[in-house]
Amino acid sequence: MKRIYLDHAATTSVDPVVVEAMLNHFTKKFGNASSIHQFGQEAKVALENSREIIAKKINADSKEIVFTSGGTESNNLALKGVAFANRNKGKHIITSRIEHECILNSCKWLEKQGFEVTRLPVDQYGFVRLEDLEKAIRKDTILVSVIHANNEVGTIEPIEKIGKICKEHDVHFHTDACQSFTKVPLDVKKRNLDLVTINSHKIYGPMGVGALYIKEGVKIETWQHGGGHEKDIRSGTENVPGIVGFAKAVEIAKEHDIQRMAKLRDVLIKGVLEEIPNTKLNGHPTMRLCNNANFSFKYIEGESLVLRLDARGIACSTGSACSSHTLGPSHVLLSIGLTPEDAHSSLRITVGKGNTEEEMEYTINTLREEIKNLRKISPFGD
Amino acid sequence: MYTEEVMKQFMHPKNMGEIKNADGIGKAGNFICGDIMWIFIKVEKNKKEEVILKDIKFKTLGCAAAIATSSMITELAKGETLEGALKITKQDVANALGGLPPIKIHCSVLAADALSEAVYDYLSKNDLPISRELVKTHERIGKELETTEKKA
Repeated sequence: MKRIYLDHAATTSVDPVVVEAMLNHFTKKFGNASSIHQFGQEAKVALENSREIIAKKINADSKEIVFTSGGTESNNLALKGVAFANRNKGKHIITSRIEHECILNSCKWLEKQGFEVTRLPVDQYGFVRLEDLEKAIRKDTILVSVIHANNEVGTIEPIEKIGKICKEHDVHFHTDACQSFTKVPLDVKKRNLDLVTINSHKIYGPMGVGALYIKEGVKIETWQHGGGHEKDIRSGTENVPGIVGFAKAVEIAKEHDIQRMAKLRDVLIKGVLEEIPNTKLNGHPTMRLCNNANFSFKYIEGESLVLRLDARGIACSTGSACSSHTLGPSHVLLSIGLTPEDAHSSLRITVGKGNTEEEMEYTINTLREEIKNLRKISPFGD
Repeated sequence: MYTEEVMKQFMHPKNMGEIKNADGIGKAGNFICGDIMWIFIKVEKNKKEEVILKDIKFKTLGCAAAIATSSMITELAKGETLEGALKITKQDVANALGGLPPIKIHCSVLAADALSEAVYDYLSKNDLPISRELVKTHERIGKELETTEKKA
């Protein structure tokens, strides 16, 4: 059976070109970048070259890039690091209700430490309202953290405008750009960004590698104490092969891949909405990630659909609770106004650069058949 | 995550559908977790004059575990006496499926609840005696449905 991977928001495969770039750093240039001998210095050069490549992609200086183990660590470092380093200035943090769990849970933890958190609501598409942000900013606000593009519904937030407001109020602005990095242009200077989380495994790089952009001058408290790596902000021997792979993934990310993914996404959205009744597209129709399509199919439950599609070779995901560790449905889908029933009936399809139009056609046809089958079982469908 | 038996019952559910003019209909569900089950029963008397479940069908909106437990409970209950059907526990359903992940155990509860509701419906429609235990179960299910519907 042919297998079609449509869960690229969860992770991507590692591009063979990336693997090739990494190989030498496992077996030949394998030194510790902190060592002063040649092996170590070769690794150091590779590390700094990689830092340069990644910094350039977001118009930052290489010294503003700190390597981490991934998006979760970068987000934790950004929130906790800025909060504790700026305690003398204030204790108020603003975020949105549709952030990734690592932001929301970091905020919950910070509240236990005495910080105050405002969680901004979003509109039906998932946009943070600028007037809500303006109203929420207080004299003691030290940080605003709003996701660049939502991981579930794909909506791209107006971060340039948010950055402008933050700058006017002299508040640090962080964005989690794990889903958008290399897909949506990100110029940290133009968008008044102070901190940006990015990672590797969503862009055809290896898992376990990420980075945090920290604008020069932003005060940040370290959370990982050790030998002083990464300018003492994130101690721990750098994962040089992974970082080299991350940089290579950035280098090979091309505009034509984005255009291609957007075309496939549009074929899929059009086909699904036209051919499957009682279907709704979640998120904004156009201001969305090039690879994201998120639907709600009435009268069925998402996990059932994911498993039936999987049995027919198609891998995708759902915001329904029944496939996660809790029983409540996705906080993102509820935040954009979906009922629990509609949130449970969601399906997220995220295309990749290797997918084809034929695969989209197969997916649309299979979806139509399996949704019909599940609606026959449902008390409300058919 | 799921046993082979769960996947088998999910992919090829048994006794799926509705019974027209059913003698009893049982509804159980939880809007928050997204599972809603309807069970339809048709009864008849056997040679010993016992009332048995001649036919049983289900309709379920839910996850793979919810559909599999619906299918399995109909398999376990078909041909049983009413008393026998009411003795089928969530554990019996889970065991017959080769086990369920801990977070999915509530799905087997729903299946047992929907079946007992169908029996309750049949007994009450026909003015037949209803045990105190069954009345208590019926009241609990009603309260739970009301609570989750309010939350939803």
